[in-house]
Amino acid sequence: MYKVSRWSAVSTQTVLVGWAVIVIFPMIWMIYSSLKTDQELFFSPWAPPMELQWDNFARAWTKAHVGDYLLNTLIVVIPALLLTLIISAMAAYVLARFEFVGRRFLFYMFLSGMLFPVFLALVPLFSLVNQLKMLNTFHGLILVYIAYSLPFTIFFLTGFFKTLPTEIEESAIMDGANPYQVFFKVMLPMASPGLISMGIFNFLGMWNQYVLPLVLISDESKYMLSQGLAFMLFKQFYENDWSALFAALTIIMVPTLIVYITFQKQIQDGITTGALKG
Amino acid sequence: MRRNKYGIILPFLAPAIILYSLFVIYPYSQAMYVAFTKWKGLRKSPRFVGLDNFEKMLGDDKFWNALSNNLIYLFVLPIVTLGFALFMAFMISQKVRFNNFYRVTYFFPQVMSVVAIGILWSFVYHPTIGIFSSLLKAVGIKNPPVWLGDPDTALWSIVAVTVWQSAGFFMVIFMAGMLSIPKSLYEAAALDGAGRGSTFFRITFPLLWENTRSSLVFITVIAMDMFGITFTMTQGGPDRSTDVLATLLYEHAFLHSRFGYATSIAMVYFIIVIVLTLLIFRVTRRETVEF
Repeated sequence: MYKVSRWSAVSTQTVLVGWAVIVIFPMIWMIYSSLKTDQELFFSPWAPPMELQWDNFARAWTKAHVGDYLLNTLIVVIPALLLTLIISAMAAYVLARFEFVGRRFLFYMFLSGMLFPVFLALVPLFSLVNQLKMLNTFHGLILVYIAYSLPFTIFFLTGFFKTLPTEIEESAIMDGANPYQVFFKVMLPMASPGLISMGIFNFLGMWNQYVLPLVLISDESKYMLSQGLAFMLFKQFYENDWSALFAALTIIMVPTLIVYITFQKQIQDGITTGALKG
Repeated sequence: MRRNKYGIILPFLAPAIILYSLFVIYPYSQAMYVAFTKWKGLRKSPRFVGLDNFEKMLGDDKFWNALSNNLIYLFVLPIVTLGFALFMAFMISQKVRFNNFYRVTYFFPQVMSVVAIGILWSFVYHPTIGIFSSLLKAVGIKNPPVWLGDPDTALWSIVAVTVWQSAGFFMVIFMAGMLSIPKSLYEAAALDGAGRGSTFFRITFPLLWENTRSSLVFITVIAMDMFGITFTMTQGGPDRSTDVLATLLYEHAFLHSRFGYATSIAMVYFIIVIVLTLLIFRVTRRETVEF
């Protein structure tokens, strides 16, 4: 295009490399620190481990219950995610394809949910979930996760269904398919790119969710991963097992990293198209 | 085709409407009432007190302190994060070497759990096990600050973590906009002898209005929230120097069972977000350039 001087090319690379190091290094430090002893952590923070302390991971997994927290999180996030997608897709399909009284009203009703910060609902939600006897239950948390994921997912998928051609749907009806068959056999498969985007977007949101479980789950044995980690950090002040906490962080971060690197294109697209549409 | 359309419309909408009304609409509408009540915990019931909570807020130093911390974030984060993100997006979209590696790397903190980030950085900042202070000692600074333990540095330490986490996200948003700018515009500018600086300010930035506007709204929401990172790193301390409205209202609601007062703080929080969002849309409203 235009001439970039050698000096500015070098300085550009310096800035970019510098920021990459700042982003990556804390994580590399965390990974190798997770294999050190507590003494090594305290007296030589930068040094690599003398001997690999795999026991840190065993303690994090069992004694600090990271394994249990991981299981709890999966028990909540998997059904919540699948139900969010199916419930939103059904609603979005109807909103995008049918004319009926109150359609616009319903669409804007769902849309308005994106305006409100969750903190405003926190106290009434806590009291409601208590009245429903669902505090400290996985199904309570699942229902709340679904409800708070609906506005954006329905908004996004309604837009997506509107872009799909109607011909295939119509020919399926000509062939005698009932509306349910049309939706599940024809429309859902066609909508899969949109469903994947929303799947990634909601998965990350639910996996990393912190405020909702903090308020709705107080029973330690039912903690979500984010809560469990924070709880471990607070406990360190009197238990002093720092190396296990580094190991716990690594257990949580490395899978995220692997999933991210594998699907980075879809994840970035999912999050940014999600964000830009909203 | 649409003969018995209600046979599909009703059952398809019902689950969404039921869940949404019960867990979203009902709590939000109840909040509009709870903010004007005194409500001391689940066993009691809310009692209407009019504007008492808001009057109390006016004289509450903790409230003003938390709000002013939010205002600092609202002022600093957009300038630093968006400025830096824009700068990097422009650099990377110039087809520098390894641009894909940079894009993937910078974005990663965005997918990490905010709690994991908070803990990782409390380690980095830690006076004995942390790498940051020992690095400073190694280059000759004898008494580096106790980053998160000192009211003068804690807030800025959190600012740095927030920039670390979100700069890559905003960079990708700006890059999406930059990619849609036609090459011919750049070629024309190059023919006219424009350098990198004037190309950026005359062509790239003005054509990124849509992306800038959504970025401003997101960073406003982030600066008003700050709950996860604050709660894991400092819990609002030391000496309330990092307290924000979200941590303050959480404390009132779930540590002291002041449900009414907490909700009235949440109401103020909500009004600020809405007003700022509307303001951003007003101020940045321009004719969108069609290519």
